[in-house]
Amino acid sequence: MADKMTVRHLNAYFGALHAIKDVTLSVAENKVTAIIGPSGCGKSTLVRCLNRMHEVIPGARAEGEVALDGVNIYGPGVDPVQVRRSIGMVFQKPAPFPTMSIEDNVAAGLTLNGLAPSRQEKARVVERSLRQAALWEEVKDSLRQAGTSLSGGQQQRLCVARALAVEPEVLLMDEPCSALDPISTARIEELLLELKSNYTIAIVTHNMQQAARCSDYTAFMFQGTLIEFGETNQIFTNPARRETEDYITGRFG
Amino acid sequence: MSQLLVVEGRNYYRKLKSEFVMAITVGATILTLIPLFLVLGYLLSKGATSVNLNFFIHMPKPVGQEGGGMANAIVGTLELVMIATLIGVPIGIGSGLYLSEFKTTKLAVAVRFAADVLTGVPSIVIGIFAYAILVRPLHGFSALSGGLALGMIMIPLITRNTEEMVALVPHELREAAYALGVTKWKTTLAVVTRTAMGGIATGIILAIARVAGETAPLLFTAFGNRFWSTSLFQPIASLPVQVYTYAISPFADWQRQAWAGALVLTTIVLALELGVRALARRH
Repeated sequence: MADKMTVRHLNAYFGALHAIKDVTLSVAENKVTAIIGPSGCGKSTLVRCLNRMHEVIPGARAEGEVALDGVNIYGPGVDPVQVRRSIGMVFQKPAPFPTMSIEDNVAAGLTLNGLAPSRQEKARVVERSLRQAALWEEVKDSLRQAGTSLSGGQQQRLCVARALAVEPEVLLMDEPCSALDPISTARIEELLLELKSNYTIAIVTHNMQQAARCSDYTAFMFQGTLIEFGETNQIFTNPARRETEDYITGRFG
Repeated sequence: MSQLLVVEGRNYYRKLKSEFVMAITVGATILTLIPLFLVLGYLLSKGATSVNLNFFIHMPKPVGQEGGGMANAIVGTLELVMIATLIGVPIGIGSGLYLSEFKTTKLAVAVRFAADVLTGVPSIVIGIFAYAILVRPLHGFSALSGGLALGMIMIPLITRNTEEMVALVPHELREAAYALGVTKWKTTLAVVTRTAMGGIATGIILAIARVAGETAPLLFTAFGNRFWSTSLFQPIASLPVQVYTYAISPFADWQRQAWAGALVLTTIVLALELGVRALARRH
């Protein structure tokens, strides 16, 4: 199995707080990799290190190597802005741009990056992205309405469409369902399974069933350390480490 | 049963206390509103009869002649406010954005402090400043110096308002833009500022309403003019100064016109504020 991204000896800090301690793992191409663990274990921080979003927070920094197709994104001369165009991200809270319509939200990655797509090109990108995010049928007649007029679940799929519009190679998702109801959650999970044929996905979740249902690989984080990493099946049925077993059987966390 | 009674007794005392405090707050609210309605009512009763078409389209008549209007002062106030807006809005928004983007730099801390101090500086002092840097070097009162004085009053108001409105924009929007590979400056302009635009515009209109009624800083900058002038480098009439001049004059007709001017000025300011409220509700 080809590795799309490899993480080696990654350490991340918030000021003096050592949030990620020497993590090494890989993200397989066209697979879903889930990162699970109790609150505050560093799983969000880890995924934010994968597209250099961690350093956006004042006082935050990361050390180590994170490679995309063998190129270290923390290497000298690498522009974090370019990194984020190749590695998209969907956040916990759906955040469509409130001043923009549905279609403008989807095309935002193009227009804000100064690509000024033609009308046909924009329409094509909007339709493709919304179809990929399984939202097209619901909004195709209301593309000019405000993105914020949609329901929470639709807004989150709009954010997925917005992330896909710039054609990233990897899609990172930071607890994308934690603000959604079960039906919207199920739609996002279906979406993950469809998307992985074209994209490589890493998803942070505090919902273990979700990790078990839709991921191929699972990483278990605890107190900033990667405790165990392997195939989801094996992690959930036959974990090698005592902490993993305690967590997935609900003994803590 | 006895326990229930005790609770009821306590309830009664609490209710009494609640009613008492409620009465105090309602009383305070009424006391706050009374001056407002007294001023408005008095203005209406004194000024309404003198506000007519002539007031808006005629020039002041020479001393001793009845009638005439304040057309020059109305246009003058518009011109002064326009100059002030041209100075105050770009500087205010620019520095407000700087404060919100670079919250903790030494310069930001200094600018924030300076803006707060400037807000508290008496407006007549701002007028003296404009006199020193424009009126004296140009050897004369001018619309430009009056506009500058008003603009300087607007700057700190708009700066702090812009900073606060931008701070209200959810951090998630900024992160969402960064995650799309959008640069920081583009995110600030196209996402954050655009989202805050409603609040920023509200602040601008409120600042305009505030300076439209300023009198003191105009006394020795724009000065006032009994004749028609729109030149930047000539003294220019303005509603507040005209009201002041007419109000302290010994002529009954001028005093009537001062009331009319005060009513028109108040109406303009009130209309601006009400317009802002309607706009804000729509957002």
